[in-house]
Amino acid sequence: MRPLGQARTPVLEVSRLRVDYGHGADVTHAVIDVDLVLHRGEVVGLAGESGSGKSTLAYGMTRLLPPPGRITAGRVLFYPNPDRPDLSLDLLDLDVDQLRQLRWREISIVFQSAMAALNPVLTVQAQLVDTLAAHRPEMSKPARHERAVELLRLVSISADRLRSFPHELSGGMRQRVMIAMALALEPQIVIMDEPTTALDVVTQREILQEVIELRDRLGFSVLFITHDLSLLLELADTIAVMYAGRIVESAAAPELLTAPRHPYSAGLLHSFPSLHGPRRALTGIPGSPPDLRDLPKGCAFHPRCGYAVPQCSVDVPPLAPPHGEETRLVACWLQDGRPGRPDELSRPESTASSRLSPAAVPTASDHEVAL
Amino acid sequence: MTAQDSVTATARSDAAAVLVARDLTKHFKVARKVRGTTLRSNFVHAAEDINLELHPGKVAAVVGESGSGKTTVARMLARLIPPTSGEIILDGEPVGRRHVYEYRHRVQLVFQDPFASLNPVHDVRYHLSRALKVHHKARGREAVDAGVADLLAKVKLEPASQFLDKLPHELSGGQRQRVAIARALAAQPSVLLADEPVSMLDVSIRIGVLNLLGELRDAEQMALLYVTHDIASARYFADTVTVMYAGRVVESGPSLEVTDNPSHPYTQLLLSAAPDPDRASPAVINAGTIPSLINPPSGCRFHPRCPYAMPICSAQTPPDFQVGADHTAACWLRQAGQGSPAGSPLPADPRPDDLGGHK
Repeated sequence: MRPLGQARTPVLEVSRLRVDYGHGADVTHAVIDVDLVLHRGEVVGLAGESGSGKSTLAYGMTRLLPPPGRITAGRVLFYPNPDRPDLSLDLLDLDVDQLRQLRWREISIVFQSAMAALNPVLTVQAQLVDTLAAHRPEMSKPARHERAVELLRLVSISADRLRSFPHELSGGMRQRVMIAMALALEPQIVIMDEPTTALDVVTQREILQEVIELRDRLGFSVLFITHDLSLLLELADTIAVMYAGRIVESAAAPELLTAPRHPYSAGLLHSFPSLHGPRRALTGIPGSPPDLRDLPKGCAFHPRCGYAVPQCSVDVPPLAPPHGEETRLVACWLQDGRPGRPDELSRPESTASSRLSPAAVPTASDHEVAL
Repeated sequence: MTAQDSVTATARSDAAAVLVARDLTKHFKVARKVRGTTLRSNFVHAAEDINLELHPGKVAAVVGESGSGKTTVARMLARLIPPTSGEIILDGEPVGRRHVYEYRHRVQLVFQDPFASLNPVHDVRYHLSRALKVHHKARGREAVDAGVADLLAKVKLEPASQFLDKLPHELSGGQRQRVAIARALAAQPSVLLADEPVSMLDVSIRIGVLNLLGELRDAEQMALLYVTHDIASARYFADTVTVMYAGRVVESGPSLEVTDNPSHPYTQLLLSAAPDPDRASPAVINAGTIPSLINPPSGCRFHPRCPYAMPICSAQTPPDFQVGADHTAACWLRQAGQGSPAGSPLPADPRPDDLGGHK
């Protein structure tokens, strides 16, 4: 789909990460045994509904999680040098000073609410220069200023905005300033936590295009977190779908779009209407997302799943390649090679186009009424 | 659009429309301090000359970005805010003097945020039974209980006994919005105004709530107004789509017609910006934001962002030009004689690749 500038060498590797909130009997497992690999120059999309643990995962792996959040197991390996793939650091082992060296310089974050992330009483310039002053003390003052101008230009904001306060900027501009700030030290990884959720579609589109252009130019990797799967399908190279604290499916974006393997991914694809073709009735997903404090036994999705078999309510399915495929992962018992896999979950990856099963029932006006 | 035009435009189907907005305009007064103590009033031109019709058993969508005035229109129609000028016509009669209370028996509003629109200290039973009593739909304990159970069944919250004593915080977002819808249904309204009813909900349950509204519309033959920023959901759910930009209607027509053959450059921009996994090539967007509504641009409010702007666009506000059956676009490019039917490539298209791709 999109050319990957470099060979697929990992830059960040999360394995078996677990994050809990609270202790003892009240403990809530927010992230459970998550594996995730971010390659150089890649945009990985992390999709999930509210409460699925996607933000907890992002803050957990960067060690930004405030109490009562606790990392209880796992590793987060960071490969600092592209030429030395054998060199790695476990972020979970680093002390405060080492983390300080790493944060922003190598891994930066664009937060969801730019208004809350920017300091309202400082100008854009002060905040950009401050970042540089903290991490590049050797830089001279004029050089910092010059770099601040350059950074704003990078995100298409004119230099005369340097003296503006955050409230004088539009929502889209604020988010651009956040992106400029995240790129200030040329990090290898940028984590974006719902960076466009509060923005209008047109602004959202502009920002996403900018992110992709910058990625192509500067070659950083992006972990893009959102609840909007339709956005990721256009933007991301690889998509990981999270549900109830676990990754339930991960695949290249086009494959996920045309041939989902997990019933939840398939359900999500049936949840947003298309802009083209005849109108088809969509079903969405019945029920509602589970309460993390009281997860169903077995596969957390089974109460909402139309294909559930008895095993689903007993054992948790492992995240593994579906039977006969190697390039993707799915956590679903139906994909272990047993006969009778539903058509919906066994579409060949090659068939492009028709995203939705061509079920009839077009316009809502001749809808069957079920009351 | 002149008053004469709009009367002929709406007269066509007045007979069937249950609620009609005619030239609804809202200017919000904002005071601004000028040189110390002198106060000068400014106005936010939130909505200008809005014409809308709601028909029984049909969904009319109003689509626009934030600041387009779509919520202002919904709130005027709910009579939460009085229009600056223009008329609301219910069942063929102007409601100007009709009592608000009586009006609300017929027209109900569902708000965007079910976390805020339900009272956190009251349970589901209270929310629904109170609505039934206020609208005189049930009297006496048994009738009220039956009415509440009936409402919960209508919004598919069953068995009712499981939900009656729940407080809002014990419900999921989708369930809360269903309770809010049930409360609106308690009045047995002929018109339901839904202001972004699903945008606060999780993606996987949005379609469920929209489908529920669709079923209710069919079963109760209600007229539905669906206010949204999501043009794809409007295409899915609505019979007609009205696209607003900076307080004005720029295009309106049957929903498939508008989304498949967008005739206003803004509608085309909106469609090209919407997430679309099936898109062949990445969209190209021209930068720009919604203008200040205190001093809106002269003429067509979209002209500063429009790639096709002509001299007339900044001089004169375009009226609604017919571009197809029931399909109008307020764009000078669509003036008769310019000869561009709906959806045809616009003349002198500077970016041919980006706007042609919506067939």
